Amino acid sequence: MAAYILKREGLGMQKALKKYFALFALPGLICFAIAFFIPMIMGLILSFCKFTDVTNATWIGLENYKYVFLNGEFTNALWFTVKFTIVSVVSINIIAFSLAILLTRNVPGTNVYRTIFFMPNLIGGIVLGWIWQIILNGFLLKYQVTLVTDPKYGFWGLVILMNWQNVGYMMIIYIAGLINIPKELIEAAEIDGANRRDTLFHVTIPSIMPSITICSFLTLTNGFKLFDQNLALTNGGPGKTTEMLALNIFNTFYGRVGFEGVGQAKAVVFTIIVAILALTQLHFTRKKEVEA
Amino acid sequence: MKKSLVLLTTLLVLGASLFANGTSESKATDEVYFLNFKPEVADIYTEEVAPAFEKETGIKLKVVTAASGQYASTLKSEMAKSNPPAVFQTNGPIGLAADKDNAMPLTDTKFYSILGDKSMALQIDGQPAAIPYAVEGYGIIYNAAIMQKYFDLASKKVNVSSMEEINNFATLKAVVEDMQANKDALGIKGVFASTSMSAGNDWRWQTHLVDVPLWAEFKEMSGYNSIVEAGLAASTSDFKYNQNFKALFDLYLNNSTIAPTLIGSKSVDDSMAEFALGQCAMVQNGNWGAGQILGVTGNKVSPDDIKFIPLYMGLDGEESQGLCVGTENYLCINNNLSDAAKANADEFLYWLFASDTGKKLVQEKLGFITPFNTFTEAEMPSDPLAKDVVKWMNKDGVSSVPWAFAAIPSQEFKNNFGADLLQYAQGQMTWATVVKNYQNNWASEYKLAHNN
Repeated sequence: MAAYILKREGLGMQKALKKYFALFALPGLICFAIAFFIPMIMGLILSFCKFTDVTNATWIGLENYKYVFLNGEFTNALWFTVKFTIVSVVSINIIAFSLAILLTRNVPGTNVYRTIFFMPNLIGGIVLGWIWQIILNGFLLKYQVTLVTDPKYGFWGLVILMNWQNVGYMMIIYIAGLINIPKELIEAAEIDGANRRDTLFHVTIPSIMPSITICSFLTLTNGFKLFDQNLALTNGGPGKTTEMLALNIFNTFYGRVGFEGVGQAKAVVFTIIVAILALTQLHFTRKKEVEA
Repeated sequence: MKKSLVLLTTLLVLGASLFANGTSESKATDEVYFLNFKPEVADIYTEEVAPAFEKETGIKLKVVTAASGQYASTLKSEMAKSNPPAVFQTNGPIGLAADKDNAMPLTDTKFYSILGDKSMALQIDGQPAAIPYAVEGYGIIYNAAIMQKYFDLASKKVNVSSMEEINNFATLKAVVEDMQANKDALGIKGVFASTSMSAGNDWRWQTHLVDVPLWAEFKEMSGYNSIVEAGLAASTSDFKYNQNFKALFDLYLNNSTIAPTLIGSKSVDDSMAEFALGQCAMVQNGNWGAGQILGVTGNKVSPDDIKFIPLYMGLDGEESQGLCVGTENYLCINNNLSDAAKANADEFLYWLFASDTGKKLVQEKLGFITPFNTFTEAEMPSDPLAKDVVKWMNKDGVSSVPWAFAAIPSQEFKNNFGADLLQYAQGQMTWATVVKNYQNNWASEYKLAHNN
C-alpha cells in the first residue's frame, strides 16, 4: 500500500513537472540563449568570416583555419597549456585532498582554517596575478632574475598561483565528500583490521569518487581556460613562451590587424579540444564512482 | 511554496530582461565621444577639457582612455557598440588602412582647414582622413645638473667638459662609461635608467630606438617621396645597421641602474621615476615624458636641467643628426555617425585647437607641439622637453630624423623584435639570431599584411 501511494505521488509530481516545465525552464533558457548559445553560434559562424567587428563580416570559408597553426605559436601554447594543466590538476587535487583530510579530524579551529584556505578563491584572477608577480619578482630578485627571464619561472609561478587560488575551493568539495562517508564503513574497515593506508585507498577514496570527479573536472577545465592569471603574471613572456591557449587567442584576435577571423577559428579549435578532454575525463572518473 | 516559486520566476525574468537591456547604452546626440590614446593626459581631458568645452558650447564631451598598449583592441570593441566613439586616433598609414571604413573624409571640416601643412594629413582615396595633432620628438633625455657635476669631477678620465662636445657615439660612449665608473662620486645608481622591458613597455626599443637604423636603411632606397613611403614599399629589411643599434643598446644595458637580467620586470614608469628621483643621468624617451619627470612626488630634477641629445649610434655623419621628430598621433572622425554627431565632433576638434580656451589648455596642460596655423610661436608648449624639441628642430646644421618606424609592417613584428631584444639582454639569444629573426619576421609580416 505504502509503495502504491509513493508511486502515485511520484506520478503526480511528474505530471506537475511536465505541466510547468516550460514555465520554469523558460527564464533559464532565455538567459542561457542570450549569454551562451547565441554568442557561441555567432562565434562559430564568424570563424568562417573575415571581419574587424561583428557587424561587417564577409564569408571566406576555411581560409582562417589555414592560419591557425601559423608559426607554430598555437602549438606551443597548446603544449604549454597541457603541461601546466597536468601539473596543476595533480598538485591542486593532492593538496586540497590532504587539507580536507586534516580539517575533518576535529582539529581545534577547523572552521577558521577552512575559511582562510577558501579566501583566495574570492579574489579576482587579474589582481592575484599582479600581486603574485610582485611577490615572485621580489623573491627572484635575490637571484638577479625575474619571472620572464626564463619560461620555467613563469611556469612554476603560474602553478603556485593556481594552487594558492584553487586549493581552498576544491578542499571544500572534498570536505563535503568526506563528511558524507557513513561512519559504519570506516568502523567496519577498522574491525576488519584495515590499517590507515588501506582505509584511505580502499574505503575513503572510492567513497568520495563523485568529489574527485567534480574536482578534477573543474581543475582540468580551469587549467585549460586560464587567462587572467596568465595575462597578469607573465603576459606570455619571454616572447610567447609562457603564452597559454586563451591568451594566444586573445592576442591573435585583438593584437593583429586582419587576424580577427583567425582568432575566432583558434577559439573554435580550442572549444573542441577542451570539450573532448573534459568529456573523456568525466567518462573515466564516473566509471570509478561506487555506491556506498 | 508556489508563491515563492512564482516570485523567483518573476525575478529571473526581470533579471533576464535587465540583462538583455544592459547592452544598449543611452544615446545623446549632443555628446561627443572621444576615445583618447594618451593615458598620461587622461585626467586633463576629463577634468579640464570636458567641463570647459561643455561650458562654452553646451556639448558634452565623453572621454574614454584606453590602457597603455590596448588602443587598437579598445577601439575595435568600442566601434562595435551602439554608441561608438566619434573621435578616435590612428597611429599612421598602417593603422588608418585598418580603419578605412570608419574614418570619414575631412575635406570640408573646420578641423582640416586649420592644419598648417596640408600634406601632413593622411589620405584615403585622395581625401584627407586623418589629421596629426601633436608633433613629438625623442632622444636621450639628460639631467644637466648631474652632467655638470661630472664635467667638474676631478677624477674624470675623458676630456669633455660640455654637452655640446658630445655629438657622436664615440664621445657619448667614453663619457657614459667613465660616468658609470664614477657613479658613487656622482651620487647615481647608474648612467641610464633601467631598460624597461616588461609586457607592453618595450616600445622605447622595438619602435623608437630601431627608428634610427630604419631611417638610415630606407634613406638608401631611391625613387620615393619620403622615408616612410620607401619603408612601406620595403618587402624585406636587412637590418643593415644592426651593429649601430646594438652598440647603443649595449651601452644602455651595461651602464644602467640595474643588471640586464632584471629589465623584464621594469616599466617605462619605473625608468622615468628613476630619472625624476636623480638616480640616473640619462633616459631615452620623448617630450611626452615631461609630466612623468616633473609630476613625480619627490622629484629632484629642476625643469631647467632637462634636455635632449640625439640617439647617436655611430652612423656616418651623425654630427648633423637631430632628434627623432614626427607624429604617431592622428585624429579621425567616425564615418558611421549621423551628420549632426559628425558636426559636433568637428566642432570639438576645432574648439580644442582654435578657440582661446582650447589653445590655452593644449599649450599649458596637454603640452602638444601642434601643426595647426592657429598657434603662434608664443603659444608653443611651456614644458622644458617640448621647448628643447623645438630648439633641436630649428638648430643650424642639424636635421631631424623622421619617424621611419611608421613603416614597420605590423605590431606583431614589433612584439617579436621586443621579445628577442629581451632574450638577448638576458643572455639567452645571440645577436646574430636577433638579426636573423628580424629579417624573417619583416618578410613574413610584410607578406601577411599585403595578403589580407
